[in-house]
Amino acid sequence: MPKTKFNILETTCVPLPLENVDTDQIIPARFLSATSREGFGDNLFRDWRYLKTGEKNPEFVLNSPVYSGKVLVAGKNFGSGSSREHAVWAIYDYGFRAVVSSFFADIFKNNSLNNGLLPIVISEELLQKLQSQVKQDPSTKVRIDLEKQEFSVLPTGDTARFEINAYKKECLLKGLDDIDFLIAMKDQITDYENNKIMVK
Amino acid sequence: MEAKTLFDKIWDGHVVRSIKEGPDVLYIDRHYIHEVTSPQAFNGLRQRGIKVFRPEKTIATADHNIPTKDQHLTIKDELSRNQVERLSHNCREHGIEYFGLNNSKNGIVHIIGPELGYTLPGMTIVCGDSHTSTHGAFGTIAFGIGTSEVEMVLATQCIMQPKPRKMRISVNGKLEKGVTSKDIILYIISRISAAGGTGYFVEFAGSAIQSLSMEARMTICNMSIEMGARGGLIAPDETTFEYLKKLSVVHGVKDFNKALEGWKKMKSDEGAVFDMELVYDAADIKPMITYGTNPGMGMAIDAAIPLSDTAGKEASASYMKSLAYMGFKPDMKLIGHPVDYVFIGSCTNGRIEDFRAFAELIRGKKKADSVTALIVPGSKLVEEQMKQEGLVKIYEDAGFEVRQPGCSSCLAMNEDKIPAGKYAVSTSNRNFEGRQGPGARTLLASPLTAAAAAVTGRITDPRTLLS
Ligand code: SF4
Repeated sequence: MPKTKFNILETTCVPLPLENVDTDQIIPARFLSATSREGFGDNLFRDWRYLKTGEKNPEFVLNSPVYSGKVLVAGKNFGSGSSREHAVWAIYDYGFRAVVSSFFADIFKNNSLNNGLLPIVISEELLQKLQSQVKQDPSTKVRIDLEKQEFSVLPTGDTARFEINAYKKECLLKGLDDIDFLIAMKDQITDYENNKIMVK
Repeated sequence: MEAKTLFDKIWDGHVVRSIKEGPDVLYIDRHYIHEVTSPQAFNGLRQRGIKVFRPEKTIATADHNIPTKDQHLTIKDELSRNQVERLSHNCREHGIEYFGLNNSKNGIVHIIGPELGYTLPGMTIVCGDSHTSTHGAFGTIAFGIGTSEVEMVLATQCIMQPKPRKMRISVNGKLEKGVTSKDIILYIISRISAAGGTGYFVEFAGSAIQSLSMEARMTICNMSIEMGARGGLIAPDETTFEYLKKLSVVHGVKDFNKALEGWKKMKSDEGAVFDMELVYDAADIKPMITYGTNPGMGMAIDAAIPLSDTAGKEASASYMKSLAYMGFKPDMKLIGHPVDYVFIGSCTNGRIEDFRAFAELIRGKKKADSVTALIVPGSKLVEEQMKQEGLVKIYEDAGFEVRQPGCSSCLAMNEDKIPAGKYAVSTSNRNFEGRQGPGARTLLASPLTAAAAAVTGRITDPRTLLS
């Protein structure tokens, strides 16, 4: 099934300058009992977003009237922990289309790419600079050009190239889906099974 | 011929196709599923109008959100019940073997795979669960995947994966009494950090690793994900083969002896090159405990909490936030600190040897009144064996109650939650904020250290209680 295409994104961003944000923070386990992919955005960062009383925590950035946008600017080692794709669904469902960090956990990165959420790795230095820039001026816009693999902070003119493997880039640009790709090569898979497989 | 690592040999043998500047299409020998990360994948198949491609290669269990009491009754929580029923329905519809609730072989996915003879050397194994790395103890490439990838495997028995880099971690020498494999892995993670292995697949080697039982090896590989690694594996050896020989059935192998010949050759070649090599001395490892909110924040049980996360640097805001969550301060010692809960179980330490270790320490002692203990076997078979070996009796005599199998308080999706602000010494694998319940404070440790806390009500060096 084709997915939404990704190409150029120009938007303000939401800063979350914490390190080692794990998937249990992104979406706590007690919200994983659903059997569809929708609606997880309501519980994104649930335990930081809401106080014990059930009210919104005014201190948490998602509740701040000042910040908005489609890019989450995270801290180092974002998305570690569980393999739950629900974390990516929650971020996407909330309205983010890219996450920027200096370092992502592996499974999180794969899950993001499989759902049209772009994980962008920039240097720790630029990340720090971006965090303070956004803090100072919440209207700061960033621009993501997937085709050129370029990430720019518009007011400062900082531009960095980000890495993405060529196949995944193509998938995102064209809205292609891995499963369609694999289904199309079933004969080759069956050949492999007949010839090479060790444990049947 | 070029010297190859064991990882390379298994991986290369499973590549159906390499995509230029892209991932490899990797064939999967064994696929485990559970209730939480599979429903959306089956929905996907339904939307595409396709069936599971190789249903006999997928094995299912319900473990994450099942209760650990009164399992014969229906699950009270409606969402959880619905999720478990959905899995049962999906398995029936697609002809997948399902060890559901009340099945005599039910249990945590990473416990039952090995004990039921589905995990074998040389395999590629995936599951929508990060601790799939556990199975690496048998010399397999085993790693966690997301739900989109679960759908890929159901649809085509393949996934697309970039090949990770390779790391070898050797632990040599002899472990001191009271120091377990859990301490080894907590020690390694504390040295290289919770992200130190990201992008790598790790081979564990060295005499200290080779001396470990299969169960202890599973604990190590289980937590390789906690240093960010894609997975960890240990070359199969006599210990592995003995374990496999004792199983009542080994699935997917026609001629066991012939298979054994193949498994005996499975090792990294002399001179194979790893992208990173680390070497540790077993004698440096003491019983470990974590003090923060990621598994890299661990220390020897008698040490003081470090002043900052990176040696010589100023403590970062994240580090201080983590300590504040735990109610700790830099330079504080944890020995003697009161403990409210003890959890023994999970796919890290929920096997029979873990319960034997716990029993060894509590035998003839009494549970501390201030402690609530959650004792949760990893599977029905483990539960049964505990009864047969008389462990349950030892536990009950000491004032402990043994529950029914499941993930339980490891991730607190069921009612086994640690209350906010309470301290839990846990044999599980993650001390993340809220992992064991909103506001819960988790201290990861070995079953021996958990036992020591359970009988003293305080953080206690287990070496002081061992005869
Ligand atoms: S015991 Fe814990 S870590 Fe293991 S599979 Fe269950 S929830 Fe995951």
